[in-house]
Amino acid sequence: MIAKLVRGAAFYALVSVIVVVAVFPFYYAILTSLKSGTALFEVDYWPKALSLANYVSVLTTGTFLRNLGNSLLIATVVVALSLLLGVTAAYSLSRIRFRGRGLLLITILSVSMFPQIAVLAGLFELIRALGIYNTPPALIFAYMIFTLPFTVWVLTTFMRDLPVEIEEAAIIDGATPWIIVSKVFLPLMWPALVTTGLLAFIAAWNEFLFALTFTSSSTQRTVPVAIALFGGAGQFEIPWGNIMAASVIVTVPLVVLVLVFQRKIVAGLTGGGVKG
Amino acid sequence: MSTVRSSIAALLPRRSDLRRQRLRSAWLFLLPMLVVLTAVAGWPLVRTIYFGFTDASLTNIEGARWIGIGNYFSVLSLPSGATLYDGLLVDPAWWRAVWNTVRFTVVSVTLETIFGMIVALVLNAEFKGRAVVRAAVLIPWAIPTIVSAKMWTWMLNDQFGIINDMLLGLGLIGQKIAWTASPDTAMIAVVIVDVWKTTPFMALLILAGLQMIPGDIYEAAEIDGVHPLKVFWKITLPLIRPALVVAVIFRGLDSLRVFDLIYVLTPNNLQTKSMSVYAREFLFDFDKFGYGSAASTLLFLTIALMTIACIAVGRVSVSGEAR
Repeated sequence: MIAKLVRGAAFYALVSVIVVVAVFPFYYAILTSLKSGTALFEVDYWPKALSLANYVSVLTTGTFLRNLGNSLLIATVVVALSLLLGVTAAYSLSRIRFRGRGLLLITILSVSMFPQIAVLAGLFELIRALGIYNTPPALIFAYMIFTLPFTVWVLTTFMRDLPVEIEEAAIIDGATPWIIVSKVFLPLMWPALVTTGLLAFIAAWNEFLFALTFTSSSTQRTVPVAIALFGGAGQFEIPWGNIMAASVIVTVPLVVLVLVFQRKIVAGLTGGGVKG
Repeated sequence: MSTVRSSIAALLPRRSDLRRQRLRSAWLFLLPMLVVLTAVAGWPLVRTIYFGFTDASLTNIEGARWIGIGNYFSVLSLPSGATLYDGLLVDPAWWRAVWNTVRFTVVSVTLETIFGMIVALVLNAEFKGRAVVRAAVLIPWAIPTIVSAKMWTWMLNDQFGIINDMLLGLGLIGQKIAWTASPDTAMIAVVIVDVWKTTPFMALLILAGLQMIPGDIYEAAEIDGVHPLKVFWKITLPLIRPALVVAVIFRGLDSLRVFDLIYVLTPNNLQTKSMSVYAREFLFDFDKFGYGSAASTLLFLTIALMTIACIAVGRVSVSGEAR
């Protein structure tokens, strides 16, 4: 009896440690973002006075609002484009047999293993030659390198598992492949589309290396770059209050998304990961 | 899957034009994706490798001249009779970056596997509030890397950081530590943040493996009175090995290309500079575009070789066991 109690207590102690370690840094960022003035430089574990000054300053001065807009625009277009290209490609790869299909799948998968730095020099040249350097299209284009292979892969796995009957009827009725994709498969694919779309959105929203390299003016930056370069070089005092406020603003939508779509995201991650 | 093919094929024996139409639209559907991937991955990769053999500079990319393997290795004979070796392969800073990257990968992936396993075992148990715990564990994963790097930079701040305050309060350290700046602790700081950020991913992959183990195996072990630790080593671990191997390979390949975290958490620190950070410095900060491209190419080769090795080994162990 006592042994059982001890074991139960130890288990819940472990659970509490996991939860505290996972949540504390974000909690502390929120705590810091709500401080102002010299209170920033005192270590507190619980909120004392709450001030929204940092949030007001981040959103009204500088380019942060513009950066948020850039990130939102870029991530949304990236999701839309990669889903569009991904669905049609996945249909071919999963439902039609043709020579070289296996090789193609392996090639697509291996692109997702590319280290971003390996294409950085070539992409930089291409983006400058296309005249899109320092504009959102540069990042939308560049982000396809990691969202597209992943989207194609997960959607192909999903489509392959759909029963053949749904397609048979449409083929007998003489439907063209485009009708089959858009009218037969698309309505069935919402779960997979939501999952891959969310993961692609998060990846594009968080990306740093390309965003840092392919933008040069502060108005064109996305939020990760804006946060990383906050305050600028050469300044002695780092505006920690503002940085934490900006961090919280960027993270809250993601945390909400992840918590709401928890099951779908976990399924997508493990599906893409384990099968990939 | 084979049933799918054969039954569609059975529909089409006399209508081979339909079959041809399907084949044509298959390539038509694939074309846009293939064009985009070639433009964004294939072509830039070829160009990067090419630049690695040139003396290109950031301000004059177009004027790049072919210099052979000079960026990798070159021998200079001085009039005095002495010979100088130059290039990436004899640059101690490059090997320092390689060592940093490998050390970072091995240490953080090992820790993530251990902690990920613990978290996954906890999440696999039935207890009150499990949904809340799973949600909490996902939070570090959801936070952008740059944001977590900044959050931890602040927490690890030498003067005002809460970590030093905690450790001092507990009496674990005698004086405040400059975690991210000091050469002795910079790598520790990077590993701490990376482990915090990516353990959830590891835990989820392991959890997926755990949930595929049928419950009656455990029941049988319990009836036979097998010690829980033995159950773990003899039943759980062998059964989730395929999932574990995949997770470790995934994380390992990902760690080898680490950039964001190190760039933001410990800027300009020789003890943590990774291969990616080294390559980007030469590409865009030191105006040695060709040299930086050569470093990028070497990193690409390293990861490509390891991926091929993993696929070869993985095909034997993972799918061999799964079947």
